[in-house]
Amino acid sequence: MAPAKGLDGTAWRQKPTQAGDPAALSISDLRKVYSNGTEALRGVSLEMPAGDFLALLGPNGAGKTTIIGIVTGLVNKTSGKASVFGDDIDRHPQTARRHIGVVPQELNFNIFEKVFDIVVNQAGYYGIPRRTAMPLAEQLLEQLGLHDKRNDVSRTLSGGMKRRLMIARALIHRPRLLVLDEPTAGVDVKLRRGMWDFLMQLTGGGTTILLTTHYLEEAEKLCRHIAIINRGEIVAAGTVRDILSRLHTEIVVLDLTEERADSAREALNDYQPRIVDSTTVEIEIDGGGTVGRAITRLENAGIGVRMARSKAGRLEEVFMRLTTNNSADK
Amino acid sequence: MTPYEAFVSFYTIVRKDMVRILRIWPQTFLPSIVTSVLYFLIFGTVLGSRIGSFGEIPFIEFVIPGLIMLAVVTNSFSNVAFVVFASKFFARNIDELLVSPTPPWVIVAGFIAAGVVRGVIVGLLVLGVSIPFAGLHIDNFLIVILFLFLTSTALALGGLLNGVHAQSIDGINIIPTFVLTPLVYLGGVFYSVEVLPEFWQPITLANPLFYIVDGFRNGMLGIADTSIWVSVGVLLTLTTVLALFAWYEIRAGLRLKQ
Repeated sequence: MAPAKGLDGTAWRQKPTQAGDPAALSISDLRKVYSNGTEALRGVSLEMPAGDFLALLGPNGAGKTTIIGIVTGLVNKTSGKASVFGDDIDRHPQTARRHIGVVPQELNFNIFEKVFDIVVNQAGYYGIPRRTAMPLAEQLLEQLGLHDKRNDVSRTLSGGMKRRLMIARALIHRPRLLVLDEPTAGVDVKLRRGMWDFLMQLTGGGTTILLTTHYLEEAEKLCRHIAIINRGEIVAAGTVRDILSRLHTEIVVLDLTEERADSAREALNDYQPRIVDSTTVEIEIDGGGTVGRAITRLENAGIGVRMARSKAGRLEEVFMRLTTNNSADK
Repeated sequence: MTPYEAFVSFYTIVRKDMVRILRIWPQTFLPSIVTSVLYFLIFGTVLGSRIGSFGEIPFIEFVIPGLIMLAVVTNSFSNVAFVVFASKFFARNIDELLVSPTPPWVIVAGFIAAGVVRGVIVGLLVLGVSIPFAGLHIDNFLIVILFLFLTSTALALGGLLNGVHAQSIDGINIIPTFVLTPLVYLGGVFYSVEVLPEFWQPITLANPLFYIVDGFRNGMLGIADTSIWVSVGVLLTLTTVLALFAWYEIRAGLRLKQ
């Protein structure tokens, strides 16, 4: 997929990760009870290696934003420990915060300020003088497709532009860990895909990324690791492959060479086939089966298969199973 | 953060607020000037000659230091109270600072410095518009500068605490309107404590804003109800206590963090 116009994250390269580097994010037994008694986190532990791209998934109210708030200094934890690239958030809060760039879920900039000023002022809060920050801000706004809007007051931006402005603001001090709290929520498909490309370029350049999202396709497409949180507890964590392996069945889409979906369904009747259209059939492969056997059976019936692919959205099935079962246990 | 980086962050906070203050100057500078000119017209031209004088000081000259301080007090307080409240309540852009490595004392210093700059500018503007009515009399320039600076610092700190704790826009208007302005008026803007009945004298002396007005008047006119050192001591104590509270609250994130 070609990068969307104006979204170019290739210039933001980080120092290559070395063996023995501390974890980008290390969370141990993190607990948070809000003043109204809500127990948002119940002993969350999570380790994120440098250079990782991790998705934190969970239903609304699961505790995702609370974790991000604690790590970035916006929420006071009740107990537990957290460190960013080895810097403890309690003992070395300033150093830990210097490593982090955060894109919050809600818009949180002054809507009467100019786009350029928002980014340059943020650099100032990190001790970067204006003369150094200004060319960096120009470059970032260019890469995020906001250069034409740099002198506009931020309230005049569209929703997607405001999201990109928050990404530019978060990156101005070149953080090693970028934390994005549902950055593509409410963003149109074209911009979302543009952001995906931008994030892939960033992670390719060595930036560690922690992402929360409701779009499971997004997590499956972008991330190396996934952690699923429900009711303040991590219920699953691992690589995307590990998480998906929890499924005992996999949905496979078969694209046929001819319009013979009906015949294919008859030939594969023990695979719970479902006709998508005249040349496409979906089948379920259980733990003991392989796609190869199904294709061989079709070829024996004189039906050619152009392509077999896993159905996107499998993660959604795992997510639903884990969060629903977990909720039911409570 | 290195000292230089801390300075850059401090400068950024101050610069950002100064840009705002200058952009909306009809809201930030004009009201105090208009109000003061009305006072000068009424007490200088209309009533002044009938009221007479305090000793050898014409009444209009006597009230000018108090009216300058009234402008300094309300402007430095309201500036910081509004900025802190708006940035935590409306846009939540206080988060820009809270997620950054800027130390709490730099955040406090930045907000306070902007409030001081506004308070001092407004004070000087009111002093400027008083000249056509009463001329310019400054007995001790250093005391005038000291009281402008200390008063705006103390009140800006008070404004910061008010902004942090306010839960609605009313919360930042109540104190300037119903507490500060009456305390300045009752702090001897229009009279000397000597002319008050005996019962009211100790009550006036318990009003911290009395020492602000009295000390500043001492600097401008060379007359005062109390020793300048008492006034400086009260103001320094008030500033120190408020600064410690402000630093603690920003550091702990009270009402700013969850």
